[in-house]
Amino acid sequence: MANPITSSKTIESATTDKVFGYLSGEGLTRSFSKFARNIVVPVFALFVFLMLWDSGAKQVQTSLGALPGPDAVWIQTQALYDEHNAERDKEAAFYERLQKRVDKAEAAGKPQEKIDKIKNRQYTGPETFFDQVITSLVTVMTGFILASLIAIPLGIIIGMSQTLYQAFNPIIQLFKPVSPLAWLPLVTMVVSAVYVTNDPMFSKSYLTSAITVTLCCLWPTIINTAVGVSGVSKDLINVSKVLRLSWFTKTSKIVIPSSIPMIFTGLRLSLGIGWMVLIAAEMLAQNPGLGKFVWDEFQNGSSNSLARIMVAVLAIGFVGFILDRAMLMLQRSVNWDKNAILR
Amino acid sequence: MKSYLEIDHVGITFPTDNGPLTVLEDVHLSVNEGEFISLIGHSGCGKSTVLNIVAGLLQSTNGGVVLENKEVTDPGPDRAVVFQNHSLLPWLSVYDNVKLAVDQVFKKSKSKAERDEWVRHNLELVHMSHALNRKPDEISGGMKQRVGIARALAMEPKVLLMDEPFGALDSLTRTHMQDSLMEIQATLNNTVIMITHDVDEAVLLSDRIIMMTNGPNATIGEILEVDLERPRDRLGLAEDPHYNHYRAEVVKFLHERHQHGEAQPQAAKTQEQVGDPEETPPLSLVSGG
Repeated sequence: MANPITSSKTIESATTDKVFGYLSGEGLTRSFSKFARNIVVPVFALFVFLMLWDSGAKQVQTSLGALPGPDAVWIQTQALYDEHNAERDKEAAFYERLQKRVDKAEAAGKPQEKIDKIKNRQYTGPETFFDQVITSLVTVMTGFILASLIAIPLGIIIGMSQTLYQAFNPIIQLFKPVSPLAWLPLVTMVVSAVYVTNDPMFSKSYLTSAITVTLCCLWPTIINTAVGVSGVSKDLINVSKVLRLSWFTKTSKIVIPSSIPMIFTGLRLSLGIGWMVLIAAEMLAQNPGLGKFVWDEFQNGSSNSLARIMVAVLAIGFVGFILDRAMLMLQRSVNWDKNAILR
Repeated sequence: MKSYLEIDHVGITFPTDNGPLTVLEDVHLSVNEGEFISLIGHSGCGKSTVLNIVAGLLQSTNGGVVLENKEVTDPGPDRAVVFQNHSLLPWLSVYDNVKLAVDQVFKKSKSKAERDEWVRHNLELVHMSHALNRKPDEISGGMKQRVGIARALAMEPKVLLMDEPFGALDSLTRTHMQDSLMEIQATLNNTVIMITHDVDEAVLLSDRIIMMTNGPNATIGEILEVDLERPRDRLGLAEDPHYNHYRAEVVKFLHERHQHGEAQPQAAKTQEQVGDPEETPPLSLVSGG
């Protein structure tokens, strides 16, 4: 092994280098200041925030009592978790009883259709908070994926033709700022009129919410894709001309890869908007997700309601954050421009 | 005998807001097979426009280009272009960049294994075999330009068009690239049209130097035959009186008779290079070496 007295630079290994860095006083201060910046500062800021929240919330009196502080919210978080477990236990117990009845019926030699009828019974207990988070996620992803499937091809076509861009631009600019609340009544009526079936695969509230999300998160993806496609370097277009690439090869080998960074910027913006829109849409459409949870608690008006709504607010923020991080990671993994700083 | 490539009285006029602007007028040039031609002139004299017309990327207003008795109307791999800023696809590896061209050009005539072999062969030619899987972002500017040259050579063009291929490189890398290009040229004997700003580069590489007058209405001012024996050696030529004579001819043309409109005489610099007035201060006369 290397002699520890020699300068750390003579040693190749990065780990030993680091160890020496820690041992020397300078390295220690540097690593400490890094630790302070990355851990201590955010934790301290969070602590200050909680203090301000706690003292500020007590000052605001409502008909349902004072605004909940962090402690009340924490209690309600646990309560929601307990309710979730209790509901799951009840569900398990239900299916256990059901199985016993099926066994009994089979033992008694009842006809097959009767047994099937028993078997097909579903548990119909209320959805828990965590079920509602899942419902919201499924709904927003449906709307988002639907929007992406429309917006990316449309954006590519618009971006490739100056004429089409001029044609579509005013329409896009007109619809881009429209609030989801304005779309919702229209979407509700259209879904009710068009989606008529005796054996619905999806509930209408789910479709209404998802389509509203689609309508609101189409635009950033269309615009960014079009900008990305129209901004393909002229030199690369010349390369494709010299090679006489077909339209399809040119699009798949040059235009789309080149605009991937912009497409993902658009997708990330879209998903962020979609998640915000979803909560409003669920409130009005009564889709059993986080939006409905907030609305139901508001209507419920118990002394715990405000704290439970606050739990939902934090959950909405947290899920939104996770969605954004996931998109960022996806964006980083597909981005060919490794020098681009994405945050 | 009919020449291999005929640039036949080509002129081009662009419509602008202030009326039509004639950039090129009556450019006439016959190029023989295997000949190395340099186009030299001040910025804005339409050198690149000539090249783009031969490439088919621009359509001439008057006259036309005939390659092997066929008129050029659109771009094609028989007139491969090496672009100044390499123009490699940044999301493809070095190998895949060349492969894209090879697959496109030899789709029908070569088997998959032959195409793979051909890609590797061309990268070997420019000494880039060690970096097949690197992305353009991960290699130096000179290496990128090597790959750009390999891509163009891999198309087996009838004419190789080079638009200031080494203009963006530092002077040391540039001399390496020039030597490499001479070496490749000695083996393949391509027909080449190269645009350059660099007097030494033009004299060292070319069989003929086409000196262009200033635009608008630019045309060919003078043609200089460079009758130096090949292979040429940079060090040996530095002292060669013929070489210095050719060099002086080009410098005289550029700086005495066709001084750039905006160029002002300035203190001598050690290396002649016709600067782009927007980027570098205009250059001036130096006693011929």
